[in-house]
Amino acid sequence: MDYEKLSLPNYNIPDDIQNAVAITTLDRLYNWGRRSSVWPLMFGLACCAIEMIAAQTARYDLARFGMEVMRPTPRQADMMLVSGTVTKKMLPSIIRLYNQMPEPKYVVAMGACASSGGPFKEGYNVVAGIDKFLPVDVYIPGCPPTPQALIAGLIKLQEKIDKESIKTVRWYNKEKFDGNYVPMPILGPDLIDVRRNAEIRDIASAKATQESA
Amino acid sequence: MATALQTQTVDLVARFPAIVTADARSGYTGFIVNKENLVEVATAVRDEFGFDLLTAVTGVDYIAENKMEVVYHAYKTIGGTGLAFKVQVERVDPIEVPSLINIWAGVDFQEREAWDLYGIKFTGHPDLRRILMWEGYEGHPLRKDWKEPFFEEETKPFKSRWPEGKHTFSEEKNPFRDNLNFPKDFDPEKYIVNKEEDLYASLERYTTKDVEGSMKTDHIVVNMGPHHPSTHGVLRVAVTLDGETIIGLKPVMGYLHRNHDKIGERNTYLQNIPYTDRLDYFNSMSNNFGYAITVEKLMNIQVAERAEYIRVIMAELSRVQNHLIFIGMLMNDLGAMYTPSLYAFEERELILDIFEAVSGARMMCNYFRFGGVVRDVPDFALKKIHDLVTDRLPAKTDEMERFLNENEILMARLKGIHVLNAEEAINYSVTGPVLRATGVPYDLRRADPYSIYDRFDFDVAVRHNGDMMDNYLIRFDEIRQSLRILEQALKQIPQGPINSQKPAYQVRVPAGEAYGRIESPKGELGFYVVSNGKPNPYRYHVRPASFVNLTAIESICRGTKIADFVALLAMLDIVMGELDR
Repeated sequence: MDYEKLSLPNYNIPDDIQNAVAITTLDRLYNWGRRSSVWPLMFGLACCAIEMIAAQTARYDLARFGMEVMRPTPRQADMMLVSGTVTKKMLPSIIRLYNQMPEPKYVVAMGACASSGGPFKEGYNVVAGIDKFLPVDVYIPGCPPTPQALIAGLIKLQEKIDKESIKTVRWYNKEKFDGNYVPMPILGPDLIDVRRNAEIRDIASAKATQESA
Repeated sequence: MATALQTQTVDLVARFPAIVTADARSGYTGFIVNKENLVEVATAVRDEFGFDLLTAVTGVDYIAENKMEVVYHAYKTIGGTGLAFKVQVERVDPIEVPSLINIWAGVDFQEREAWDLYGIKFTGHPDLRRILMWEGYEGHPLRKDWKEPFFEEETKPFKSRWPEGKHTFSEEKNPFRDNLNFPKDFDPEKYIVNKEEDLYASLERYTTKDVEGSMKTDHIVVNMGPHHPSTHGVLRVAVTLDGETIIGLKPVMGYLHRNHDKIGERNTYLQNIPYTDRLDYFNSMSNNFGYAITVEKLMNIQVAERAEYIRVIMAELSRVQNHLIFIGMLMNDLGAMYTPSLYAFEERELILDIFEAVSGARMMCNYFRFGGVVRDVPDFALKKIHDLVTDRLPAKTDEMERFLNENEILMARLKGIHVLNAEEAINYSVTGPVLRATGVPYDLRRADPYSIYDRFDFDVAVRHNGDMMDNYLIRFDEIRQSLRILEQALKQIPQGPINSQKPAYQVRVPAGEAYGRIESPKGELGFYVVSNGKPNPYRYHVRPASFVNLTAIESICRGTKIADFVALLAMLDIVMGELDR
């Protein structure tokens, strides 16, 4: 949908009240309200978190976009900024935080590590990208992304919010919405993704037969 | 610089004949101690020879010789070169080495790390649990025969990517199509999840005493982190509380364990430089410095004269911005949210501009090379540094000190809250500003000078009370001393080449070992590198200041109020990238 057309209701306002009345769509009003006050979760993982802090300081000033209110509790946050390397040991905590955030919620993968594992992908304790577990809305490249790049990524998220419609968003869809709950992974001999339990068992037993053969 | 000859001046062989032998392998220094007599020898090293500070403990897996080695590096807090002694054991499980925790309490976490990553059991260690990985993890990752799930080849550059440059996904090669590896016949549904009983059992418990007339109280265990706004990253601490008083405390770490050591041993020497940037991500220049001088020690090369000055300038600028951030973040932790740290970040940005001008990146500079630095400093950047150092930073430091030190609340929070005394600090291997605030003038730039620090006129910042106030003020002192060094370096910097070597993708490193260390803003940053003559380091170990300094946290916090814990943690100036690696 064209961004400009959203606010054109095809209704002519009489000249004498043009300064007093504005007409827009409900979607536009709703999205404008949410995109202008995205509250990120105060949550830093690694190097990228430092650039995230820098983006909030006077020189870059994230407050210009309504994103300066960082909430330490997931219950009050709209957006999770995964700022750094996601390790297997940390992953259950991240998933728990995500599950505790109320809808609507967004995930931004900041930097190479959160997007794909980055320079540490080969590491045995590293999850190769948070998108293996969480639905990511915006990926920001860089190692670490500069504050400007972070702000550019967050503006992309705002554009994404602008294009949403109350009619189609998942959190108002009673039939389809399942709570967006991501099952908690377990720390076993390695990271156990419980959604893949059967698959893991099959491959592990195939491994055993392969070795004995 | 420590040479083999200077190290040998301490003759352990003469003192312990038949127990100790000199390490005769080519390129190696130090002594090899009999496993059975390790505690006896270590006691003598500390009490008779005066090596009171045990800085680094690490394992090395010599799989070809079927040996596991534990390397200890001991130093004197009065300065001078160190002493390396090693224990070699058969590489057959269970691998057991006596723990030195009763001689140097600072080995606590480092021994746990060696147990976690190498499977070396330290007998007599009271709390030998995994530290970086979780309990229940399969295998000891740093052993040479242990392969990570995304294993491709023993060493880089991988044949698939060089020289042909074919691109493949690591996921395609792993049966689980992910960074996973499970033992054969593993059934996830039958797996019993570790409830961390060991951790809670290791906490000191408060037993309820039935005293007549007093109220019955009970202990409470609180977990702070890994997601907590004031733990400076993803650190977790389990605390036992009696009311508001801390009785026992155990840090739990590894939430940012990015496997520097394992990746570093696959990388070529040069490829490790960008990885060192990401250790202590506030001070990538300092990290580069430590790694560069270690490998240069192994290669036995000189650094170009101009590059030496550039290195010192960058490292000291890094120290200034680190301490400014420290002060800002400390205020955050004490409840002065944001405003002081906004002031600190303002100055930091100006220093980062310089880093960007010389290296192309704000934070991850990747600037040092063996024998020099990668690019010359442009004249406009030198002018900018000069203006900052002579004009702006001294004024801003004074301003910050004036704003803060006249604040009564801040003084009340800081004065008289004991952090450490000198004996405790040395025993726990604490280094850096925290040690100097207890009255020990131990600064590697003076105690064991590296690079060209012996040419500059500066004082080692020392404070004597060891309380929070001194820990806080010593950062201001250090900023001023760094500015002094910077001023002199800017005056003396010569023209000339910036690297003594030809640019090369692979450097030739002769076989041997080296332990290089620098005074990073957080303490002693050490690198232990073993080379076997191949293009990759055989062993690449980082001895991070934050990790070892954190060993003292339980002793620091016991008996204080939980509200002070956050500030005491800030005093240690930990950074998770370096702590967990």
